[in-house]
Amino acid sequence: MNFTASKQPESCLLGPESDSQRTLYPYVTVTSVVALKYKDGILMAADMGGSYGSTLRYKSVERMKPIGKHSLLGASGEISDFQEILKYLDELILYDNMWDDGNSLGPKEVHNYLTRVMYNRRNKFNPLWNSLVLGGVKKGEKYLGTVSMIGVNFEDNHVATGFGNHLARPILRQEWHENLSFEDGVKILEKCMRVLLYRDRSAVNKLQIAKITEEGVTISQPYSLKTYWEFSAFENPTQGAVGSW
Amino acid sequence: MFRNQYDTDVTTWSPAGRLFQVEYAMEAVKQGSAAIGLRSKTHVVLGCVNKANSELSSHQKKIFEVDDHIGVAIAGLTADGRVLSRYMRNECINYSFTYESPLPVGRLVVQLADKAQVCTQRSWKRPYGVGLLVAGLDESGAHLYYNCPSGNYFEYQAFAIGSRSQAAKTYLERRFENFTDSSRDDLVKDAIMAIRETLQGETLKSAICTIAVVGAGEPFHVLDQGTVQQIIDTFETAAEQEDPATEPDAATGQEAAAEQGTAADHGGSTDEGAAPMDI
Repeated sequence: MNFTASKQPESCLLGPESDSQRTLYPYVTVTSVVALKYKDGILMAADMGGSYGSTLRYKSVERMKPIGKHSLLGASGEISDFQEILKYLDELILYDNMWDDGNSLGPKEVHNYLTRVMYNRRNKFNPLWNSLVLGGVKKGEKYLGTVSMIGVNFEDNHVATGFGNHLARPILRQEWHENLSFEDGVKILEKCMRVLLYRDRSAVNKLQIAKITEEGVTISQPYSLKTYWEFSAFENPTQGAVGSW
Repeated sequence: MFRNQYDTDVTTWSPAGRLFQVEYAMEAVKQGSAAIGLRSKTHVVLGCVNKANSELSSHQKKIFEVDDHIGVAIAGLTADGRVLSRYMRNECINYSFTYESPLPVGRLVVQLADKAQVCTQRSWKRPYGVGLLVAGLDESGAHLYYNCPSGNYFEYQAFAIGSRSQAAKTYLERRFENFTDSSRDDLVKDAIMAIRETLQGETLKSAICTIAVVGAGEPFHVLDQGTVQQIIDTFETAAEQEDPATEPDAATGQEAAAEQGTAADHGGSTDEGAAPMDI
């Protein structure tokens, strides 16, 4: 019998208090994922930093994984929930393969499956604390979609999670166009990641870029972006400011 | 087949390794009115003969739309067929909801076969007494499958089941090699001709047959009587001698049958639902 003061009001629909395993806050988190469609498929970028609150604790977190033959999943948010999602997808792909019948789940199907999972968890007040980006190519058709922890999902030519929505999407809206070459796509992604590196507190300067085409998935080795800190505004930051910050 | 001491339970083997109850269930399929199916690379056509108990009643619904891309024609215990169609519709709609993608026909057919197999291995159940011709389209092309009460399924280029189906099968066997590259309209014509074979002399008119098509860019639907009659007219006038005599009969017979026929046929394809008399 639990004698401590209960935080749940009596009219609560959230189940017995012993059911205290619901997700309330994230603990180890990863930051933005940015992705775009290009000529041959999808390009996705994510850095490798895992934060424990405000501590930058893990510096080699791989957050983009191939799913089945046709999809690539990138995630931001709680790492343990991402690992849980990978387990669900593992099982999904396994059962899909066990049919052994020439049919396979494409990126559209995986995206919708994830949407169902995220939305149903949100309905039970026990969300998987992630924002997911799902990209892929199947039979020449490119697909890029995103799902949030509350089940909001949509497809677009370029998507981002977290801070990426505020810092990267405007760049993408300006510079994205149909049939980008691989080099141009990478250039745009690096531009986005650089802005995120400068401005997102939880970003680290160690990133991977992944591409998925009809042939398959390639995830680059980790590398760093060149940064520039010699802007004159940085030399005397308070020069033009009324007051300082 | 004769009665013997091993045919009481489905869970009893005969010494020769046969399950008689399952075989008896397959007999039920042979007694039902004919259903045929044929496919090309891009389309699948199903057809069936409409049998009514009496002139006063409507005929039984034997073709069911399962999803936009799958339909089924049944022969045998139509009640069992109706229940299985409901199962198939459920599976399709659940898959569509989760994956926003149509269920591949091959997978639906395997699920159906596994469901039928269960009934051959439980002492408190009986096998489904219905054969299903499942027609569908998916990423890998057009498919026609036959699901048996035994839990087996086979893929076919063309097939016929039910009573006097052998006549249709003979007709189809002669021409199936051309089906892959057939146009949609030729395929429908062949389906109607195959139906005619099972009628063996009875006049072919749209009131006594139902035709349904599914194809690339064409969701599964039952063709309306007018269209079917037009197609019948095109080759009846060319082929048959007694046509001038029977045409007026067909026309008047059409009108009378049209009322009940239309309601019944349309029930397969529109939301007006099956005519109340059908079930």
